[in-house]
Amino acid sequence: MEEVKLMKGNEAVAEAAIRAGVDAYFGYPITPQSEVIEYLMMERPYQRTGMVVLQAESELAAINMVYGAAACGKKVMTSSSSPGISLKQEGISYMAGAELPCLIVDVVRGGPGLGTIQPSQADYFQMVKGGGHGDYKLIVLAPSTVQEMADFVDLAFELAFKYRNPAVILSDGVIGQMMEKVVLPPQKTRLTDEEVDEKYGSWATTGKKNGRERNIITSLELKSERQEAHNHHLQAKYKEITNKEVRYEAINTEDADYLIVAYGSSARISQKAIQMAAKKGYKVGLIRPITLWPFPTDIINKLADQVKGILSVEMSAGQMVEDVRLAVNGKVKVEHYGRFGGMVHSPDEVLEALENKIIKG
Amino acid sequence: MADHVLTPEEIIKNGSIVFEKTKLMTDNELSYCPGCGHGVAHRLTMEVIDELGLEEKTIGVAPVGCSVLAYEFMNVDMQEAAHGRAPALATGIKRVYPDKTVFTYQGDGDLAAIGTAETLHACNRGENITIIFINNGIYGMTGGQMAPTTLPGMKSSTSPYGRDVHMMGYPLKMTELVAMLPGTVYVTRQAVHTPVLVRKAKKAIRKAFELQQENKGTTFVEIVSNCNSGWKMSPEDANKWLDENMLKYYPLGDIKKP
Repeated sequence: MEEVKLMKGNEAVAEAAIRAGVDAYFGYPITPQSEVIEYLMMERPYQRTGMVVLQAESELAAINMVYGAAACGKKVMTSSSSPGISLKQEGISYMAGAELPCLIVDVVRGGPGLGTIQPSQADYFQMVKGGGHGDYKLIVLAPSTVQEMADFVDLAFELAFKYRNPAVILSDGVIGQMMEKVVLPPQKTRLTDEEVDEKYGSWATTGKKNGRERNIITSLELKSERQEAHNHHLQAKYKEITNKEVRYEAINTEDADYLIVAYGSSARISQKAIQMAAKKGYKVGLIRPITLWPFPTDIINKLADQVKGILSVEMSAGQMVEDVRLAVNGKVKVEHYGRFGGMVHSPDEVLEALENKIIKG
Repeated sequence: MADHVLTPEEIIKNGSIVFEKTKLMTDNELSYCPGCGHGVAHRLTMEVIDELGLEEKTIGVAPVGCSVLAYEFMNVDMQEAAHGRAPALATGIKRVYPDKTVFTYQGDGDLAAIGTAETLHACNRGENITIIFINNGIYGMTGGQMAPTTLPGMKSSTSPYGRDVHMMGYPLKMTELVAMLPGTVYVTRQAVHTPVLVRKAKKAIRKAFELQQENKGTTFVEIVSNCNSGWKMSPEDANKWLDENMLKYYPLGDIKKP
């Protein structure tokens, strides 16, 4: 029988992590995501499944603990919110360079600086474009419900291990804090050390067994020719992910005259806005990117041949809109709308922006 | 009958061997300057792991600094950390593999400047890891800049008139600091610039790795070393200077024993 609970998004991520057979969580408290580590500490997963939970001395330490454990072939995660993610960027770049699978959950709050503890989507640039140094990409999943907060944990690890790349759940203070009904996934068994060795022993530091060469996890290559070759290898991997892993939801796009592109809680709000628009006689569709990287470029480009204008809605000053414009490539007008700095737009405000900037604009 | 000339095989026969190439050192050419203590410290660490039979369960963490390429020389599973973060990596490793043997190998800039927080907190949690800390009082890799451990008055490329403690602060005694923490079980300061001290240092490293097997807390071995190129001295003069200056500020011996 399926297990249904009423949970906060942050709690759903934590419970789903235990059930996904995650080996370790390393984190540091920051609002609005502290419930993740609080829930884990309360649940004592080290008794339920043997999962390690440790509160680190900083976000820097936490992401580097993730590095160490992930380099052992284990299923490891951390979570934080925007200023904490800024601190983690060093470790994230190193993990991308060293090709380590892991899950990073970002429950975004308003910035810049300490900003505010209220919801925001202004971490798009630092997660989707890479906030750390070097040419790298993170697989970025954007949940719009508490259910997806739970479901994306397993998906993120599947993709992270498939491509040996860090994966991200890019959430926001709305999804993290709100409570919804969640159908909890079944409990998966954690891999034994022997199974980890069998699956990932070709690259992971599991201890140099007799007869195998030592494994080295590093992001350093001082010979430029070899560093360039490593970068080409990474780019080829990113191309494969772009070709195979794009995920999105299309709502009322078949005969749409206008299109909204929105993810996460902005997609929820925009969904209400397009219903209100329909009552006014406007045919408005919604593309909700589920993967922000790889971005659903092709479908947006295709719909640009059909619609008269596109509104990109996000709780930022306009970050994802750049990717929408690249996808549209000048075919139709693309405008941005969003409240930001911790403010959340209402469906009325989205509809008004759609009318003013796109329909009448 | 002409005098028989001994073949190498006859010379090197069982029973007459006094020293062999360290089994767990790779054949890669060391990147260290001639006379540098790193090579000896590498060798001692790998000898101990070999002698204790830990080769198959050891995971080491290399730092940023001169020993950034330690993983090229130490023939066990190794991870390369960001600058200062080795104790955090080691924490992650040991927490998911409590039965493995985990060590970090770090210089003074890595451990006592940028990685101070990671070092203190790993020791304070009593992570069951061994930290090998090479203190040569300077940033060797980047060309001889002032380190947290640079002595008062000592010249470096960023303290060209000597370390002015009023302007630049005092040398940091990390080893004494971590010894105060309840999480550490064995904290010692050693050196490797004379044969007697090399033998003592090896005993200390061995003790640290043996204690790790008992999972009683962090073991911490500082090795006061030289940096003849950074100090701009001959290897011989550097060792003499180390004896006369470094060891006064950083006295050798066990600071905390179980």
